[in-house]
Amino acid sequence: MTTLTQPAASGALATAWQRIWRARRLVERNIMFYRHQWIIILSGVFEPIFYLLGIGLGLGAIIQEVTLTDGRVVAYAAFVAPALLATAAMNGAVFETIFNVFFKLNFAKIYDGVLATPMGITEIALGEMMWALMRAALYAVAMFVIMLFAGLILSPWGLLIVPAALLVAAAFAAAGLAGTSYLRTVNDFDVPMGLVVMPMFLFSGTFFPISIYPLPIQVFMQATPLYHAISLIRGLSTGSVGTAQLWDLAYLVVFFAVCMWIAMRQMERKLIK
Amino acid sequence: MSSQQSLVHARALTKRYANGFTAVDGIDFDVRPGKAFGFLGPNGAGKTSTMRMIACSSPVTEGTLSVIGMDPRTQAREIKAKLGVVPQHDNLDTELTVRENLEMYARYFDIPRDVANRRTDELLEFVQLDERAKDQVEPLSGGMKRRLTIARALINDPELVILDEPTTGLDPQARHLLWERLYQLKRRGATLIITTHYMDEAEQLCDHLVVMDKAKIVAEGSPRQLIDQHSTKEVLELRFTDAVREDLNGQLNGQLDGLADRIEELPDRHLLYTENGERTLEQVNLRKIPVESALVRRSSMEDVFLRLTGRSLVE
Repeated sequence: MTTLTQPAASGALATAWQRIWRARRLVERNIMFYRHQWIIILSGVFEPIFYLLGIGLGLGAIIQEVTLTDGRVVAYAAFVAPALLATAAMNGAVFETIFNVFFKLNFAKIYDGVLATPMGITEIALGEMMWALMRAALYAVAMFVIMLFAGLILSPWGLLIVPAALLVAAAFAAAGLAGTSYLRTVNDFDVPMGLVVMPMFLFSGTFFPISIYPLPIQVFMQATPLYHAISLIRGLSTGSVGTAQLWDLAYLVVFFAVCMWIAMRQMERKLIK
Repeated sequence: MSSQQSLVHARALTKRYANGFTAVDGIDFDVRPGKAFGFLGPNGAGKTSTMRMIACSSPVTEGTLSVIGMDPRTQAREIKAKLGVVPQHDNLDTELTVRENLEMYARYFDIPRDVANRRTDELLEFVQLDERAKDQVEPLSGGMKRRLTIARALINDPELVILDEPTTGLDPQARHLLWERLYQLKRRGATLIITTHYMDEAEQLCDHLVVMDKAKIVAEGSPRQLIDQHSTKEVLELRFTDAVREDLNGQLNGQLDGLADRIEELPDRHLLYTENGERTLEQVNLRKIPVESALVRRSSMEDVFLRLTGRSLVE
C-alpha cells in the first residue's frame, strides 16, 4: 500500500486503520497467555448468575414487582437481570484493564518489549481495550442467553442487548486503562475498586430504581457510566425505550472516547521518556 | 562521511529529559554497515540514552539522527521493523513460555506463521535454548534470559542489532558464550551497535569505538588506534605496601620521576606508561625503590579511558 501518494486525509485514515488492525496482535498475545488458563476467564461467567440466583430470586420473593420509569410494572428478576448483565460487562472489562494491564505496565515491563517492534502506544492501548472488550462480551453474551431462556427479555428490542453490551464493555475497558495508568502501587487498587467500582455497582440503579434516593444523590448517580449502561440495557430488555436511551448511548460513546484519549496520553507518558 | 553510506548517522544529537538533565550533549557519529560499533563509557555517560534514541524508544531532543536512512521522529514504526533491540534490562514476556516469547514477537512484526515457526526453531538452537523451549521464562538463569532476549531481537532478521550492555551482570562463562554468539552474528554480516563498560568486551567485539564520558564523545577510532593514540605500548603496574607508601609519602613520585612517559597514581597501585615495561622495571630496581609487586602488560582500553577522563571505567 502506498500511503505516500494518497491525499493527506485518506493517508491519515489509512494509518489509523493500520494501527487499529495491528492492535489485534495484543489480543493474540493475551489469547496465547490465557489458553493455558481458561478457567480464570470462565469464572467471571458465573458471577452474574450467582447474583441473579441469590438476589434476583431471594429479593424477588419479597419485592416481586418493580415500577419502571415509564410507569410499566415488571417482575423483580426482569428488572435486576439486565443490570447484572451490564455490571458483568463492566467487571470483565475493568478487571482485565486494571489488574492485568497494571502488572504488564509496571512490573513485567511487557510493553517496553512490545514497543521495540513496529507496535506503538496506540496499538497497545487499543489492543488491550479490544481484549478486555472480548472478555467482557463473553460474560454479557452468557448472561444474555440465560435471560433469554429464563424469559427475562420482555421485548424485541432485546436483540440489541449484545451490541449495546459491547459499547458498555468498550467504555469500561477504556476507563480501566485510563485509571490504571495513574496507579503507582498495588495498594492504589483499593481506590478504584473500593471507591468507584463497588459503590457504582450498588447505587447505579442495579438493585433498586434510583428514584428511591433523595434528589441530590439521584443526580450524582445519573452522572456515573454504570447508571447509563444499566439504563440502556434495561430499556432494551424491558422494551421501555425512549430518548433516555439515546442519552445513554451518547454518554457512553463520549465517555469511551475521552477515556481512550486519557489512556493513550498517560501510557505514552509512562512508556516514552 | 555521507548519511547514505552509514546505517546510523548522528549530528549534534542531544537528549534532554523533562527534569532538565542532559544525558547526551551534541554528539556526532556514523555507523558503517557490517561493522560492530561500540559505545564505551562509565555508567551515566549517555550510552543508553543514545541507544534508546536509535531504537526509536526515546524522542530526540535536538540534532539530526537518521537510522537506516529514515527519521525516528516520523518513521519510527518503519525503522523498528528493521531493528533488533537488546535492552539493558531484559523485558521478556514473563507470562509466556520461552518459545511463545519468540513466536509472539514474530507476530508483532507481522511475520507469517510458518516463517515465524522456522525462525523460532533456528534461533532457539542458535542461543542454545532449544531444550528449554516449553519452560516459563522466570526460572531461567540470567545468562539464559539474556540469550533469549538476543534470540528475540533477531526474530525479524534485523539489518541493525542494538545491544545495550549485553553481558553486564553475567558470570564469565555466560559472557563468553554470548560473545561467541555475537561473533557469529558479525560473521554473517550483521551490523551491531554495542554499549559496554567492559574494556575487554569493547576490544574483542568492536571494529570501531567511541568513548563517551559525561554526555559527550571524548575519542573515536578502532580499539588499536585508540590505544596507539592515547596510551603507550606497555604498562608497568607497581604496588607498594602501605608502610612504604606512608614512609615515602610525597617522595615516591619523585623517585619514579623520569622512568616513564606518564605515571598514573591509583588508590592501590601506580601505572607507569612506557614503551618497554621490562626495561622500566629494571630501572625501578636499579633505583632500589621498595616495590611489593610488579606487573608488565600491554596497554588496554582501560588505560585509554583513564588517560582521557582521569577516571577508571568500572567501579
